[in-house]
Amino acid sequence: MTAIEVAGLRRTFQVRGTVVTAVDRIDFTVAAGEMVGYIGPNGAGKSTTIKMLTGILVPTSGRIRVAGLEPARRRTELARRIGVVFGNRSLLWWDLPLGQSFDLLRHVYRVPAADHRSRMAELVEVLELGPLLDRPVRQLSLGQRMRGELTAALLHAPEVLFLDEPTVGLDIVSRARVREFLLGLNRRQGVTVLLTTHDMADIERLCPRMLIIDRGQVLYDGGTAEIAERFGGTRTLVVDLAESRPPLLLTGASVVRTDGPRQWIRFRPADATAAQLLAAVSEQAALVDLAIEEPDIEEIVRRIYTGELTA
Amino acid sequence: MAEPVATLETYAHLVAASIRSRAQYRLSFALDFVATFVGALSEFLGILVLFHHLPVLGGWSLPEVAFLYGVADVSFALTDMLVGHLDGFGDLIRTGTFDVLLLRPHGSLFQVIASELAVRRLGRVGQAAAVLGFALATAHVVWTPAKVAYLLLTFASGTAIYAGIWIAGASISFWTTEIREVVNAFTYGGSYLASYPINLFGVWLRRFLAFVVPAAFVAYYPCVLILGRADPVAGLPWLGVLSPLVAVATLAAGRLAWQVGVRRYRSTGS
Repeated sequence: MTAIEVAGLRRTFQVRGTVVTAVDRIDFTVAAGEMVGYIGPNGAGKSTTIKMLTGILVPTSGRIRVAGLEPARRRTELARRIGVVFGNRSLLWWDLPLGQSFDLLRHVYRVPAADHRSRMAELVEVLELGPLLDRPVRQLSLGQRMRGELTAALLHAPEVLFLDEPTVGLDIVSRARVREFLLGLNRRQGVTVLLTTHDMADIERLCPRMLIIDRGQVLYDGGTAEIAERFGGTRTLVVDLAESRPPLLLTGASVVRTDGPRQWIRFRPADATAAQLLAAVSEQAALVDLAIEEPDIEEIVRRIYTGELTA
Repeated sequence: MAEPVATLETYAHLVAASIRSRAQYRLSFALDFVATFVGALSEFLGILVLFHHLPVLGGWSLPEVAFLYGVADVSFALTDMLVGHLDGFGDLIRTGTFDVLLLRPHGSLFQVIASELAVRRLGRVGQAAAVLGFALATAHVVWTPAKVAYLLLTFASGTAIYAGIWIAGASISFWTTEIREVVNAFTYGGSYLASYPINLFGVWLRRFLAFVVPAAFVAYYPCVLILGRADPVAGLPWLGVLSPLVAVATLAAGRLAWQVGVRRYRSTGS
């Protein structure tokens, strides 16, 4: 069973007289029950794709089927079969208690009362929303609201769930909670999930498969493990030294970049620990400040372009 | 018949939610209520002042003008209550909230209309009804069941005509969100003009009101018919019977403008 089918999808916009191609002939399919990460740098075309898949935007050309339907033509029909969460837009009624938003959605989607009750009970329990139901949405923290948004998107039991940056702005605890919930949802109920995010950790934790897009094109479509193997294991230790100096020589790590007194040291935790490296650095130079970075999506895209990783 | 009933039910739930939301801001609700009442009243006082200087206005006596004013204003106030919030529709486009509506299994126009019912504008409906009551008590109209039914139909037609204009006006937000004042000139301006006997106006403005904006069909032609007056504008005193048809056409035009706007929105992005 195919949940999402995209072929030759293109979308152009007219921006002050010039034509900008936001999505440029994308092809992919997602099987029912899959959980796929859809990632790329800002402006890569992620949100535009999601808008086309959900029926908000009409494609310039190409073919889309979601749950067997053509989104642009059968928007209202599709709406009952998909759930959507936008990290930066709310599905809830701002001034009303959270619980009332859920009641309203029951009427908007015309879910039978018994179905609604049981689904609601389950979601409220898993997402620990009980104490929040009487609170106006505008008073919820971002993490609490996001759990509310997830519930709102799932009350009508959609087959396919689209998540556009669902963890943006969340603290570590909320983030972990949202991830755990999504994982359970996918495993227990077989809901197909397409997730766009900026956070590589979301993908590593949730999606066995990922699509990387950049400048409107698919750059990579394959296992997340392959990407993680190359990059996920690596960390970058950024050190500010007292003075500019040639790249440090370290065992189990290498300096990949220098900028004045600042040096970027890439290492695998398997080869050397951060503590060992720090000791080695301070033997050679006076250390002023330090930071440890994980590879982000921009870096992965950059490395794909430079040929370090072949799609 | 199940579908219209279910749709009405959804409308009722959504509207009730908007009223509960508004109720959280009691002071602004109260101020709004008073402001619309005073605003509407001062308009009518303007007409009274006119009559203080002129015993008749374009051949219409004070009770007749009050009747015209009342009919126009009841329709306008009802429209304002039902769809007045379309004035702020541009904000839904600007903030991207309109996208959320497109994710739901209902038409977008239905959802935007159902997003509010301005109970606070009841003050205006009440004021309009009071003027109408005064007119009914002083104007010499021989009421027949047919005339009463026609008057009620006139309210429905007038409300639909204004709503059509309002929807068409809001649809412009799909192209640009910076012309609210122009749109107001048609909605609020149309209501202002519909409250006077249109034979007062120059010939081009009359034709514009009668056949382009169709504000003349909100109250003027129906009142000509009910009061049994001659029509100095087109010489067709029976034109009022067409009001329901004009209403259907105006509403359809508004809906069409909306659909074209949504199509544009979905094919160009916001």
